[in-house]
Amino acid sequence: MSKDIRIKKGHTLRLKGETEKTCVDAPRSGTFAVKPPDFHSVIPKMVIKEGARVEAGDELFFSKYSEEVRFTSPVSGTLKEIKRGEKRRIMEVIIDADPSDTYREFGTMDPLSADAEAVKNRILESGCWAFVNQRPYDIVADPKDSPKAIFVSAFNTAPLSPDVEFILKDKMDAFQAGLNALGRMAKVHLCVAHDSSLFGTVKNVELHKVSGPHPASNVGVQIHHIDPINMGERVWTVKPEDVAIIGELFMTGKYNAVRTIAVAGSEAENRKYFRTKIGANVTDIVGTVGNDVRIISGDVLTGQKLTNGQYVGFFPNLITLIPEGNKYRMFGWLPFTYNDIPSKSRTNLSWMFPKKKYTVNTNLHGEVRALVVTGEMEEVMPMDIFPMQLIKACMAGDIEKMENLGIYEVAPEDFALIDYVNTSKIEAQEIIRLGLDLMITEVG
Amino acid sequence: MEWIRTKLDKLREPFNQGKKYEKFAPAINAFDTLLFTPNHTTSKGAHIRDAVDLKRVMITVVLALVPVLLFGMWNTGYQYLSQIQAEVGFWEAFGHGALKILPMVVVSYAVGLGIEFAFAIFRGHEVNEGYLVTGLLIPMIMPVDLPLWMLAISVVFAVLIGKEAFGGTGMNILNPALTARAFAFFAYPTYMSGNQVWVSEASNLDAVSGETILGTLAAGQQPEYSSMDMFLGIIPGSIGETSMALILLGALLLIFTKVGSWRIMLSCFIGAAVMGLIFNALPSMGIAGNELTNFPWYEHLLVGGLAFGIVYMATDPVSASQTTKGKWIYGFLIGFFSVMIRVFNPAYPEGVMLAILLMNVFAPTIDHYVIQASVSRRNKRKKGINPQINTAV
Repeated sequence: MSKDIRIKKGHTLRLKGETEKTCVDAPRSGTFAVKPPDFHSVIPKMVIKEGARVEAGDELFFSKYSEEVRFTSPVSGTLKEIKRGEKRRIMEVIIDADPSDTYREFGTMDPLSADAEAVKNRILESGCWAFVNQRPYDIVADPKDSPKAIFVSAFNTAPLSPDVEFILKDKMDAFQAGLNALGRMAKVHLCVAHDSSLFGTVKNVELHKVSGPHPASNVGVQIHHIDPINMGERVWTVKPEDVAIIGELFMTGKYNAVRTIAVAGSEAENRKYFRTKIGANVTDIVGTVGNDVRIISGDVLTGQKLTNGQYVGFFPNLITLIPEGNKYRMFGWLPFTYNDIPSKSRTNLSWMFPKKKYTVNTNLHGEVRALVVTGEMEEVMPMDIFPMQLIKACMAGDIEKMENLGIYEVAPEDFALIDYVNTSKIEAQEIIRLGLDLMITEVG
Repeated sequence: MEWIRTKLDKLREPFNQGKKYEKFAPAINAFDTLLFTPNHTTSKGAHIRDAVDLKRVMITVVLALVPVLLFGMWNTGYQYLSQIQAEVGFWEAFGHGALKILPMVVVSYAVGLGIEFAFAIFRGHEVNEGYLVTGLLIPMIMPVDLPLWMLAISVVFAVLIGKEAFGGTGMNILNPALTARAFAFFAYPTYMSGNQVWVSEASNLDAVSGETILGTLAAGQQPEYSSMDMFLGIIPGSIGETSMALILLGALLLIFTKVGSWRIMLSCFIGAAVMGLIFNALPSMGIAGNELTNFPWYEHLLVGGLAFGIVYMATDPVSASQTTKGKWIYGFLIGFFSVMIRVFNPAYPEGVMLAILLMNVFAPTIDHYVIQASVSRRNKRKKGINPQINTAV
């Protein structure tokens, strides 16, 4: 049964610097890194020491509170360094990579005929469990749970985001195998763009066609409209390219952590799709950039800021380069001026040019203020949720209110557009993340 | 432009972090950011942000108020001069009004912003722009002859008790401008109501009558103004309230820029019209009514402070309902009660101030029930939840 979902609220940002549809191999990075902070709430316990030799798929660390969840090396080589931050928290596990990868053999398996428990164990021991994300809370899933569904969102509406169909078009066999494997653990919902052509033949899933502006591709929005999460329930989500990696694991017995990374943004010179491994060095892909350019691992709304020589995160399929905005603007508050800065509000005239593509920078365009304007957050929140009230409940740490207002159904990324549109420049994503963390400690 | 920036940077040097006057940074920042939008970049969350900020929003409201203010200056002069002489020149009238009104605006801004700055420094946060609007609204809803010291005390009350006591901008329950008016209304009733205050000098000169249309109606007489006069605003009244035409122009700007809620404005007018229609229908039900109830419903919309209150004060996002459905209910009730209070209030034939303040108090309750509906939808779903969760994190 397929159900079409039409999202009405939201806002699609049109930015300059779209990625050209050609895929090339990125130059092989000398070092790769797995960054434990990418896995929110996981406390890593290292299993190997610096200098140890690893194959692609060998365990690097596991989660202290959920020992079955292992994190493995995306490449083969030697463990170069364990970089620690404050309180000796592990920030990066850096691997000196071999010129070409050798793999740990897990053996092939047909997920459809194999035992469901064996399928799960294979995903766990290969390190592919790190791809499985849990809602509520937006953290790595707990393998002991039995979720009511698994959601895969196979399109992207975020600004400058990569084309999932372009990434997957050569990997449809692996993608199907991955869906088969996930299907042994729970019912799989695959959400595709309303004009998608690639996924017509996909089996063992419930296919949903979704249309509308960003955040239509956010898996949280899709869950909300298809099968909303209630208190105590668990839903898992996996990103589409990660499904293909899981599928390849079952087809070939190897953990081949291929990451196709789109380079986009007005400041990027070589805007192509680059094929590399998870945890590649950003400089190997985009080169060294100047101080006036911000490197974002991910899209402009939810990504992480990187500097030259740092590593791309575990999940993103995108590197965005936009100019830094550390410049003053005279009388920046004057209504109907500075129309080259896009605005969802109508206090400048950018809304009159819906087709125009904008160059955006990282300026805050104002200062942090008390919450005054109402109604603007609701316009970009396509769920039955009162965003401002939920944000206030999170700020106050009022657990009962947060539950009532739907904290279980949201993730920080669902509030990314609120970060963008709100007049008071509050950090909605951070507030929601802190609220979710509070729920984890108080409710679990 | 560069050299102004360099000069400013030098000027604000002692206010920077770790320097001598660090504590007074909010004050200097307020001026600095008025000249230049700062060079702050995003450090967490979304990397790009919308061009809108609170300054832009507030200045938009100020822009929407300016035509009404200018008209108020002319009308103040015209209402006075036309009663004592035959010919009134445009600049003569405008000048008379400006001389009366500009000092009020200056006093309102000086006193209010003074308190805002003091609180910003004391609390260590930036100066919020909300008072830019409030400070202009307060003189515009006062009678023109209100002594400046009374205006100043009303402003102090509104900012201290109406706003800062609740935690400052964004936290207040009542609209600060209306709080100032309500304070003056109850503290100095002889200056705020009656038939002597609505035209300048009316209390001093016998030749000048200072009666509003609603006052005339309440006294059981028919006003001598045409509907067109009421629409254009060439009638006595508070400084800003008279011109429906220019208020509508401001409303259009607010709706066009999405700064003001069209839902509140529309539902307010609907509410007022409904109440007016009910009163107009009384004779056909065998109840005689009086001059106020029989005043045509559409003229009820044109006279008094109704339009001004609806467009500029009922839409104040902080004190209004915050949910979309709530805004409809909140607006409708404001319009409904405005006309009701206007007709039934024996002391003072106007109701929009009290209606908005009343609904300000009830706005959180309206929101509560709107949100509760969503909460019940969510709780209803709980019935079929999956009981198989084995773990806590």
